Amino acid sequence: MATRIQKEARPDTMLLNMGPSHPAMHGTIRIMLELDGERILNSEVEVGYLHRGFEKQCENRTYFNLLPYTDRLNYVSPLINNLGYVMTIEKMLGVEVPQRAQYIRVIMSELSRISDHLTCLAAMAMECGAFTVFLYKMKAREFIWDVIEQTTGARMTTSYIRIGGVRADLEPNFAAALEKAIKETRLVLKDVHGLLDKNKIFLNRTRDVAVMTPENAIAYGWTGPCLRSTGVYYDVRKAHPYLTYDRLSFEVPLGERGDNFDRYMVRMKEMDQSLRIIEQAAQYLPRTPDEVMAQAVEPAEAIKASRQKKVRVGIKLSPNLEGSEKDKYKGILSASKGYAVPAKEDTYTSIEGLIKHFKFFMRGHGIRPPKGEVYFSVEGGNGELGYYIVSDGTDRPYRLHLRAPCFHIVAALEHLIKGRYVADVIPTFGSMNMIGGELDR
Amino acid sequence: MEEKKILVLLRQMFAGEIKNVSTTLGDDVLVIDKEALLPLVKFLNNKPHEYNMLLDLTCVDYMGEEPRFEMVYHLFSLSQNKRIRIKARLREKDLSIASLTTIWKNANWLEREIFDLFGVHFEGHPDLRRIFMYDGFEGNPLRKDYPLRKRQPRIRLRK
Amino acid sequence: MGMKKHLPPAQFITTQFNYILGWARKFSLFHYPFVTACCGMEYMSAACAHFDIDRFGAGWTRFSPRQSDMLLVVGTVTQKLAPVLRTVYDQMTEPKWVIAFGTCAVSGGIYDNYAVVQGIDTIIPVDVYIPGCPPRPETVLDGLLKLQEKIQKQEQEWRWKKRKF
Repeated sequence: MATRIQKEARPDTMLLNMGPSHPAMHGTIRIMLELDGERILNSEVEVGYLHRGFEKQCENRTYFNLLPYTDRLNYVSPLINNLGYVMTIEKMLGVEVPQRAQYIRVIMSELSRISDHLTCLAAMAMECGAFTVFLYKMKAREFIWDVIEQTTGARMTTSYIRIGGVRADLEPNFAAALEKAIKETRLVLKDVHGLLDKNKIFLNRTRDVAVMTPENAIAYGWTGPCLRSTGVYYDVRKAHPYLTYDRLSFEVPLGERGDNFDRYMVRMKEMDQSLRIIEQAAQYLPRTPDEVMAQAVEPAEAIKASRQKKVRVGIKLSPNLEGSEKDKYKGILSASKGYAVPAKEDTYTSIEGLIKHFKFFMRGHGIRPPKGEVYFSVEGGNGELGYYIVSDGTDRPYRLHLRAPCFHIVAALEHLIKGRYVADVIPTFGSMNMIGGELDR
Repeated sequence: MEEKKILVLLRQMFAGEIKNVSTTLGDDVLVIDKEALLPLVKFLNNKPHEYNMLLDLTCVDYMGEEPRFEMVYHLFSLSQNKRIRIKARLREKDLSIASLTTIWKNANWLEREIFDLFGVHFEGHPDLRRIFMYDGFEGNPLRKDYPLRKRQPRIRLRK
Repeated sequence: MGMKKHLPPAQFITTQFNYILGWARKFSLFHYPFVTACCGMEYMSAACAHFDIDRFGAGWTRFSPRQSDMLLVVGTVTQKLAPVLRTVYDQMTEPKWVIAFGTCAVSGGIYDNYAVVQGIDTIIPVDVYIPGCPPRPETVLDGLLKLQEKIQKQEQEWRWKKRKF
């Protein structure tokens, strides 16, 4: 492809291609460098190698069906993408979410944020040569993913946060698993601070490298940890509080110089703050309302009994549906009609339940927001993750647009690496946390 | 109310070009003619309003209506913590609008994305070419008349 | 009983040689991770301490196609990326094997639209398909074991065998 740099390059310089498939494991992006020896004179970044047509694909799916597509956007923190989409729909519909579900959402999204920062810094450190840091952080991430798997059923692409609440309630021994994950993460963070903070090699590679001024950062539309590393105080959780963030106390770390080391440090400190938020939220978690049914019968028996009269006892559900029993619905899903999947006990034992189920999933019925448009944003791992949805009254979105935070951050890469050495590209690119699914949609 | 002041002020200053001003679901929305975009945005960028961040720039294809396309801009003010949405309609025959690259640097890539996916031309953009799709791809994928599954392979596929 | 065909000694040697060659190759796989998307995270998990891929001999990641013999295509391959994948595959030297990791590489996954290749077997020949979105690390290790079985059974093409006819 005839790219700009190939046309503009001087005849005595070398063109180096850091191609779409390269060991810096961030995904597929192509950086063409024009070099004079080792110094970069000019560069060009080419994206789009992971453009999967998310926006157009979503125009052909109902609001409920397109939830898995949102998981795969920022795939290191999938619950936050889920959350952003779901809260946009809830804003459009005016749905009220129960307290317990809000606290569960906060815990889940902070766990995702920690996993995002762990992955970003692990990859960045590994490329600078610190392989131990990568292995330690992956170990911590496994503990966090164990907690997420216990609650949601999947390690990564979860589709857990649903319109009106969450899909299933927490396990009985959630607190113990969470405590273990938090303890292990704290140990790992302490180790990594000891390994990297005063390490001369790491400091030489990241201190005063790729410095970004606050004015430039705002002109580029940076948000999130990269913007906060330049010293600008903007966090969506504090500026436009959503869920229960206004009731939880946490700080927002700021950097001073806007170089790679500050971006690393801001992320490390944010992980501490996220752990703090999780501990508080786990403490304030409201109890499930006590409506536990006394007996629990087998499903086949219940269906047979329902032919005579309405079943009023509890029914044993399959392990897949653990956590989404009817008695837990009050705590985890909104009571507004038509926005949540009806409880399976109702669907299979009463005709009204079956009709509700049918009307929720059938094409043309289901969630149909009023005509209009809405924009809502949450604090993703990289910054302000915004969703802009235009609805035309049917059950499919007319247009769904994602404001991807790392699109704006990577747009500044050419500016940041100009005049530096080739070896500086690696920690710079690593500290930007480019996630291909979000960048290219 | 605080947020209405800015809308009232804008309505006075750009009376000829502003078509509609509203506050839906807590967002301030401004519908304008496309010629008024650059002066309006420059006015908003300066003090005291200081909408100094371009959050997002996107386009919606209303096929069947005329004018067909609608450009949507989201601006954000860090000091006042407020957002504003600016919309401008474009006709299919005259699919071009002023570029914001002189004011904000991220407009460069955002406008390239809209050019690639919708075909909107931006006047004054230094380097307008495709960003997501490859050279040799014909058409603009996100338009409503482009079929979802129409693939244009780059290399010969087996089976 | 009948007439027992007398096996020439050469075939016994080649069978044993195949066996040893298969054994040597399957336990020292150098893989090239062609990582694109979300499955990359599960690849990183499978390669790290909890679910070690090094136990099976496939631990060394060679970041150059010329030095590796297994291509691990991880994640979605788009139409824009297809020529790059073909180039990387062509650069690898024989013998080489390909694993399609994740449903997007196997068949396009949930993305059936203008931008995604519906399965990499339309571009390069694939030996083992690992489904899952993303596949659990245990599934990855199972797929690797299947590839190792396949490598063990592969027969070499001997020139003197062809010359007979």
